[in-house]
Amino acid sequence: MSATRAEICVVACAEAWRGDGEILAAAMGTCSILGARLARLTFEPGLLTTDGGAMLTAEPVPFGAPAGPVEGWMPFRDHLWLVQNGRRHVMMGASQIDRYGNSNISAVGAWERPTSQLLGVRGAPGNTICNPTSYWIPRHSTRVFVPKVDMVSGVGYDRAAELGPAASRFHGLGRVVTDLGVFDFGTADGAMRLLSIHPGVTVEQVAAATGFDLVIDGDVPETRQPTDEELRLIREVLDPRSLRDREVRA
Amino acid sequence: MTTKIMTIEEIVGSLESGMTIGIGGWGSRRKPMALVRAIYRSSLDDLTIVSYGGADVGLLCAAGKVRKVIAPFVTLDSVPLEPHFRAARQNGTIEFAEYDEGMFMFGLLAAAHRLPFLPTRAGLGSDVTRVNPDLRTVRSPYDDQEELLAVPALALDVALVHMDRADTRGNGQYLGPDPYMDDLFAKAAGRCYVSCERLVDPGKLDGPPQTLLVSRMHTAGVVETPNGGHFTDCGPDRTRDEAFQRHYASSAADPEAWTAFADRFLSGDETAYQEAVQRWHEEQEGKAR
Repeated sequence: MSATRAEICVVACAEAWRGDGEILAAAMGTCSILGARLARLTFEPGLLTTDGGAMLTAEPVPFGAPAGPVEGWMPFRDHLWLVQNGRRHVMMGASQIDRYGNSNISAVGAWERPTSQLLGVRGAPGNTICNPTSYWIPRHSTRVFVPKVDMVSGVGYDRAAELGPAASRFHGLGRVVTDLGVFDFGTADGAMRLLSIHPGVTVEQVAAATGFDLVIDGDVPETRQPTDEELRLIREVLDPRSLRDREVRA
Repeated sequence: MTTKIMTIEEIVGSLESGMTIGIGGWGSRRKPMALVRAIYRSSLDDLTIVSYGGADVGLLCAAGKVRKVIAPFVTLDSVPLEPHFRAARQNGTIEFAEYDEGMFMFGLLAAAHRLPFLPTRAGLGSDVTRVNPDLRTVRSPYDDQEELLAVPALALDVALVHMDRADTRGNGQYLGPDPYMDDLFAKAAGRCYVSCERLVDPGKLDGPPQTLLVSRMHTAGVVETPNGGHFTDCGPDRTRDEAFQRHYASSAADPEAWTAFADRFLSGDETAYQEAVQRWHEEQEGKAR
């Protein structure tokens, strides 16, 4: 079976939670939510996942489906406590992200009077300083990958380093998955590195869509293909209505 | 015991310009919209609104009631961005204290427990500290000496919350999947007003005891407002009116359309609002046929 770009992205998102064990996989965005549930259905069965609301579902449920049997309850207050507790790895979205993984979902332009008011920082400051955090960005472009974000909502590696070892000891950015490739911060100073490119994408294409210098070490591999079983789970179980294709065009 | 039943007008009539008002719910979920609409119609102004914000914040900004918003976000959930809040920010007509969601909860917890602040890591390293220069850090007095953000108490003059059920003494019950922070809002406030979908006699709040969220000891007044959470999501009785929310959002994004929306839906009292919404839905169904 040949996988679509969206399906490559779902699996690349799922990989963010590999090795995490028995923690909450919190996800935002279609491919990210599908990825969390796919990881739980395959290589990371200990993960906890939600119905998109307050229910921890007994089994991973199809995208947009009712919770069905539940194994736990996590209203917003408990979710926010869990952020502080730390048994959680969140994959957030970002309207802007920079070389060190500082992210912005708050406002574009000068904060005092923005040209475009977005959501507000939401839980991004606490998420990034208390939990492992990854990012899912469906449209990789120089509008999103910017030299400097306008309002630091999620904390990057340079900011965390400035805080010192005590305040930043729970800070850790995992991977950034986009429609073009996969990135991490596995460099000496925590700068963003190109980890893999999706099939059909070139390194030049990624660099051109990125508004800062990416770390590119030697030959960049292709993002791995979904297994047949992963494709079956995505197509028949988790997302039979193909909502993933609305987020990432085929 | 006397009842605490009030009218919407009595509750809003007890508020004063310049107050700090906390509004329960979360985004576009279980918001005390009937009370918000009454503030919209009132002569109040110069308010500080403390909220996990949705259309409550948007409407009050649109009406020019707001001096300052304290919030981690303002969103309609299924419609991510709130047009009136965006306009208020982009036109520079309101002050904004932008907090992380967890910080905000700690601020309510501090106020609810009469503490001056609570410490947390949430917010450190982010621009929340840049845009709120009055925030201070505190150093742990123990061996770790860790420096933490001291979130100031979000003390409220008044809290407004919307419950699925309440009794005439002012006990409030939620029947949906999430209590949000409504009990904290009630405890963080000098006085709390509860609106509810249905008002019952004392002892008649059926359901598991853990659904009894707001105690009468914190409630100053209670009012029955059927569909008073409209158009936000309300417990098991009424899901979010998505079609109407879309109509609100598209109207709010366009000044001319907003004038028409406000004339049609917000120029009368709550009864008139509910009737206008009913007629709007009948029209939509007519168009669909």
